[in-house]
Amino acid sequence: MPDTKHSRLRRWGATTVAAVLGATTLAACGSEDAKDSQAESGPASLTYWTWAPGMDKVVDLWNKGPGKEQQITVTVKKQASGDTLVTKILTAHKAHKAPDLVQAEYQTLPTLVSNDALADISGDVDGAKSKFADGVWQQTTLGSDAVYAIPQDIGPMMFYYREDLFKKYGLTVPTTWEQFAETARALKKKAPDKALTTFSANDSGLFAGLAQQAGAKWWTTSGDKWKVGIDDAATRKVADFWGGLVKEGVIDNQPMYQPAWNKALNTGKQIAWVSAVWAPGTLTTAAPDTKGKWAMAPLPQWSDSDDVTGSWGGSSTAVTTDSKHRAAAAKFAAWLNTDPKAVAAMAKEGGIYPASTSAQLSDAFTQPPAFFSNQPDFYTKASQIAKTTAPSAWGPNVNVAYTSFNDAFGAAAKNKSDFGAALTRMQDTTVADLKKQGFGVAQ
Amino acid sequence: MTTAHREPYGAEGAPYALPPRTAARERARSAPYFFLLPATVLFVLFFALPIGYAIWLSLHKVQVKGLGLGSGARTEIWAGLENYTDALTDSELLDGALRVLGYGALVIPVMLGLALLFALMLDTDKVRLAPVTRLATFLPYAIPGVVAALLWGFLYLPDVSPFYFVLDKLGMPQPNLLDGGPLYLALSNIAVWGGTGFNMIVIYTSLRAIPAEVYEAAKLDGASPLQIALRIKIPMVAPSLILTFFFSIIATLQVFSEPTTLKPLTNSVSTTWSPLMKVYRDAFGAGDIHAAAAEAVIIALVTLVLSFGFLRAANSRTKQGEAR
Repeated sequence: MPDTKHSRLRRWGATTVAAVLGATTLAACGSEDAKDSQAESGPASLTYWTWAPGMDKVVDLWNKGPGKEQQITVTVKKQASGDTLVTKILTAHKAHKAPDLVQAEYQTLPTLVSNDALADISGDVDGAKSKFADGVWQQTTLGSDAVYAIPQDIGPMMFYYREDLFKKYGLTVPTTWEQFAETARALKKKAPDKALTTFSANDSGLFAGLAQQAGAKWWTTSGDKWKVGIDDAATRKVADFWGGLVKEGVIDNQPMYQPAWNKALNTGKQIAWVSAVWAPGTLTTAAPDTKGKWAMAPLPQWSDSDDVTGSWGGSSTAVTTDSKHRAAAAKFAAWLNTDPKAVAAMAKEGGIYPASTSAQLSDAFTQPPAFFSNQPDFYTKASQIAKTTAPSAWGPNVNVAYTSFNDAFGAAAKNKSDFGAALTRMQDTTVADLKKQGFGVAQ
Repeated sequence: MTTAHREPYGAEGAPYALPPRTAARERARSAPYFFLLPATVLFVLFFALPIGYAIWLSLHKVQVKGLGLGSGARTEIWAGLENYTDALTDSELLDGALRVLGYGALVIPVMLGLALLFALMLDTDKVRLAPVTRLATFLPYAIPGVVAALLWGFLYLPDVSPFYFVLDKLGMPQPNLLDGGPLYLALSNIAVWGGTGFNMIVIYTSLRAIPAEVYEAAKLDGASPLQIALRIKIPMVAPSLILTFFFSIIATLQVFSEPTTLKPLTNSVSTTWSPLMKVYRDAFGAGDIHAAAAEAVIIALVTLVLSFGFLRAANSRTKQGEAR
């Protein structure tokens, strides 16, 4: 190589870059070590991964109050919500660097437990159980004696509709799914350019909740084997029902949470939405012009005598196995989700609907959400509906079933083809994945 | 450097010869290695190691026992080529590859054709406002791919797009661009819009490097501007065309952000629409990092084979041309 000024400069550049990189890596290691050793000896300092808005303000209450007395300081690290956080937790756990506390959706708990990422905190949270409905608590134990998380918020499902437009088109609020179908048909007849709602394939939680209401149990255990019931009779009934409506053309088939959907809700092109208790927040941003025009009712039932709903969303606070202060972390998790002040602050700052039964009737929930000012008893009704939530049954590969739902039902909704076939595909994919990973699978 | 090395100061033993081999000279011999060290370290740390780790991951899998709950239920075991055979027999990956081929067959010819056309037009003598035009063509390349896809995605949605509003007012048909065949057009359009400017600059730069005497000679021979473009300019910028084609093949095989961004807008884009989307889904959706690693290695190999295969073919053709 000719020894020009240029090439010398380049080499110098490379050396400098290498030196700087080395120095920063060393510096990073140094500070990391210092923090760890400090945490082990003195008072507990915990990190908490959460996506709930305003959580830092709630944690401030702890740090200035009970946390100060017990010398347990919690630091919030804001995260993106949902599935990506599970991957992030599992990756961090692989390096034994997971945070002390994490927010986790109920359906992700088996996956996290199966990766040995969550600690059993049953010994540290005495008395927490009584604060929650049985169906909610059961999700955090996975049917064992262990407790893997404390419930934080829940998403009981409800039926939302445009009160004014229902009146305009002479529609009554459906109480059964049969009536729901009739309502959809009646609306199509009166206003062909409108649709009652849409079947969206981009949020598997909605379909899972509807199946749960119908009595489906997607994952159950017998002995040391998992049984997958995604294509059970109850789910099949739900799939066929929605598939029939899409094929008939009386409801739309376009996905939710996109500009066209927002516009359809905002302009009254779609006049109802099967959703959960958190819907007011979504409607506030998606359909701002329709404030005060919506009303909430219980979900339609499969038979007149039923009174049951599913859940869509909801999350819990869990302690990881990497935490060096499990008892302290469990104490904070219990306080966060059962202390009246903490729960009220979470409701105010983050707009969450608490899992704790008593908190659902606390002062924070005497007023309806601003978007539903026309329905003063919104939260009284919501808490009644929450009590009727059917038990859920999650398994260790919900993520696989969910992505399979997105693809199979997305294609079926697009082609207006057989939803039953899509359900079979979802079942097969889920079972095949369990087997591939080596789980015991019962037929 | 060491072969055919000549002592600069004549024969050894002469009064002015170099000092005998000492520690200093030994150090001088090791100097190149010393200078190579930073680059080698960086290469190993940030290139060889990650690739090696990906290959290592792709040869392992997670084995679960029973219900898989509780500690110690999961172990990482040697999988051999299982992940590779799974990936290669997976119809979704193959379908994704075919979709991407179809997409590439639309994007590459149109994008490079337009880039060449714009470059030739800018290179003519009569062009006005050349700097402005050049910048305007190049500008879309400066817009991040995700932003471009979002922007176009909104324009494709009938309910919010101003285009559809105009079509509606004019009573013209309103095609659904987010479904079936038109979806490929919609996706290609984003890539062409974003990539033409970059390729045009590459071709234009090499056009400017052609010496003016060549054109003078051609003009004296009575060649028209069109003939100059076809017979002189295009053959002389062939190396840049090959280069841009090479880049475009790689970019096409790795298409990810456009379909991922359009996915929430339509039921027609699945989570495995392109091969890279499948890698992403398996790694971050299904949490199977081992399968994802195997797929990534396969995609990298196919990309290597296709792009270098093309380069080789192009080179041998150029050499043949020179020999003629």
